[in-house]
Amino acid sequence: MDWELIVFNCVKVLVVFGVALTGCAYAVLAERKVSALIQDRVGPNRVAFPLIGSIPVIGPFLTKLGIWQPLVDGLKTLVKEDYTPDHVRKVYYWLAPMIAMLPAILVLAVIPFGSTLNFGSVAGYEIGVQKMVIADLNVGILYTFGIVSLSVYGIVLAGYAANSKYPFLGGIRSSAQMISYEIAMGMSVIPVFMMVGDLNLGEIIKYQSDNSWMLFLPGAGQHPADFGIWACMLVSFIIFTVAAFAETNRLPFDLPEAETELVAGFNTEYSSMRFAIFFMGEYIAMIAGCAMIVVLFCGGWMLPIPGYDVRAQDLTTGLIQILSFGVKTAFFLGIMIWVRWMLPRFRYDQLMDLGWRRILPLALANIVLTAVFIFWKHAV
Amino acid sequence: MGKKVVERKELSLWERSYVPALIGGFNVTRKHFLDTIFGRKKVCQQYPEEPTIVPENYRGAPYLVKDTDDNTKCVSCQLCEFVCPPKAIKITPPGVDGQPADRANAEKMPEEFEINMLRCIFCGFCQEVCPEEAIFLLDDFSLTGGSREEMIYDKEKLLSLGGTNHSPIKKWEHKQKEAEAQDVFPVEE
Repeated sequence: MDWELIVFNCVKVLVVFGVALTGCAYAVLAERKVSALIQDRVGPNRVAFPLIGSIPVIGPFLTKLGIWQPLVDGLKTLVKEDYTPDHVRKVYYWLAPMIAMLPAILVLAVIPFGSTLNFGSVAGYEIGVQKMVIADLNVGILYTFGIVSLSVYGIVLAGYAANSKYPFLGGIRSSAQMISYEIAMGMSVIPVFMMVGDLNLGEIIKYQSDNSWMLFLPGAGQHPADFGIWACMLVSFIIFTVAAFAETNRLPFDLPEAETELVAGFNTEYSSMRFAIFFMGEYIAMIAGCAMIVVLFCGGWMLPIPGYDVRAQDLTTGLIQILSFGVKTAFFLGIMIWVRWMLPRFRYDQLMDLGWRRILPLALANIVLTAVFIFWKHAV
Repeated sequence: MGKKVVERKELSLWERSYVPALIGGFNVTRKHFLDTIFGRKKVCQQYPEEPTIVPENYRGAPYLVKDTDDNTKCVSCQLCEFVCPPKAIKITPPGVDGQPADRANAEKMPEEFEINMLRCIFCGFCQEVCPEEAIFLLDDFSLTGGSREEMIYDKEKLLSLGGTNHSPIKKWEHKQKEAEAQDVFPVEE
């Protein structure tokens, strides 16, 4: 690899990281606004940006929207005192937020957020056509599951490090919950790979661009088995979405935090920037989870418009496809946020019951059924 | 008392699929979301911008009031100081050679009258105990200051904040008239 490509990839990493962090800040804002509106409140509407705030109509509108709130929140957590309680296990206490945030960021590496961008030559250096994914791994999905399964350690470690009862309970709950739903999650994507025949996330999108979104009748629909496959994909999608909620500790599966039961769960003893890191980890995990849903079931970057449903040849198409990926991800983020204010929390035994006795058998049956339908389609 | 057995209804498969609960939850949240976003329902008050109107007989901060002739009503009896549970009131009486009261029918008025608003608990005992109806808990509820000293309100400040009391009961005016009537009482024989 030439050094200009190394520089280019570093820039790509920084851009993805920056977009993810900004997205996470604004996801928090969206969370606050949506919760406020659902609960008949107003939400953040005070922070005004000095010059922009005094533009006649737009300024007050943006202020009312709370568009500057994330900036202030960020500054506040940065300058707030980093308090370590006396009774914690210092090393683990210090380590836990990082371990909690890291897996979420690592998952972003394999997500193809766009098709290709044709840069040509930039400032005299030949960049050419580049794939819009940081690491184009052949085992993309295995990597994702491998990394996601690490995210439970951050939370368990936080619960252990805090050395007090509520965080400990939160940590224990999270370990049980995340392990059980991880299995269901893994099982739910197998039908997709049986259809595609490849673990590379880019190839999955390519399959969808050749046929159709996994959600919308993949495989033309000429054979009666296609409808069966479509139903299987739908079930896959639902299971994956539910498991994604559980994996990111979102309501109705937020047992590790469970504000009403466990004070604040695993992060009870944390404050200021360390708490913010947990928080960012949670939201980046949400973004990554939504991006995975989009990649696996909703065609990734592709738009159902001729010319935009195949790999982009020019820069504009490529950028529009990246934007479409962003919009789709934002849509699923919106659903995740909305559901938080819509559904009550599962009881612990209900959670386990749902995970092991309903979703897991359903996912297994789904694999077998998909296999049957694929066999029917190709053998008969 | 008899025992009442509540029958738990067996959930149907459809109900156990969580789908009705999802639809119900979505409908409720959607209704509230749209109502709030289009301003069909207004619950929140934008506090500092929209003035708060407190109900009648609200127990806000205690202030001294003047009568309709612009005289200090307080006669420095110190009952409020004694009754004050957190000891927020401090009255300095005028003493033997002090300034005389600025109204008739009053022997004296306080030389200094201080209420520490940081101590005050807004209980209203002072208002209740005052024989002259000179102190009232008025509408102010948001008292701010830059220092502790600033939060000790002196007589001048309390009187200016209290304003004039327009109570229909004018005890001393009534007594004055009574006394005058006594003077001109027609004595026959």
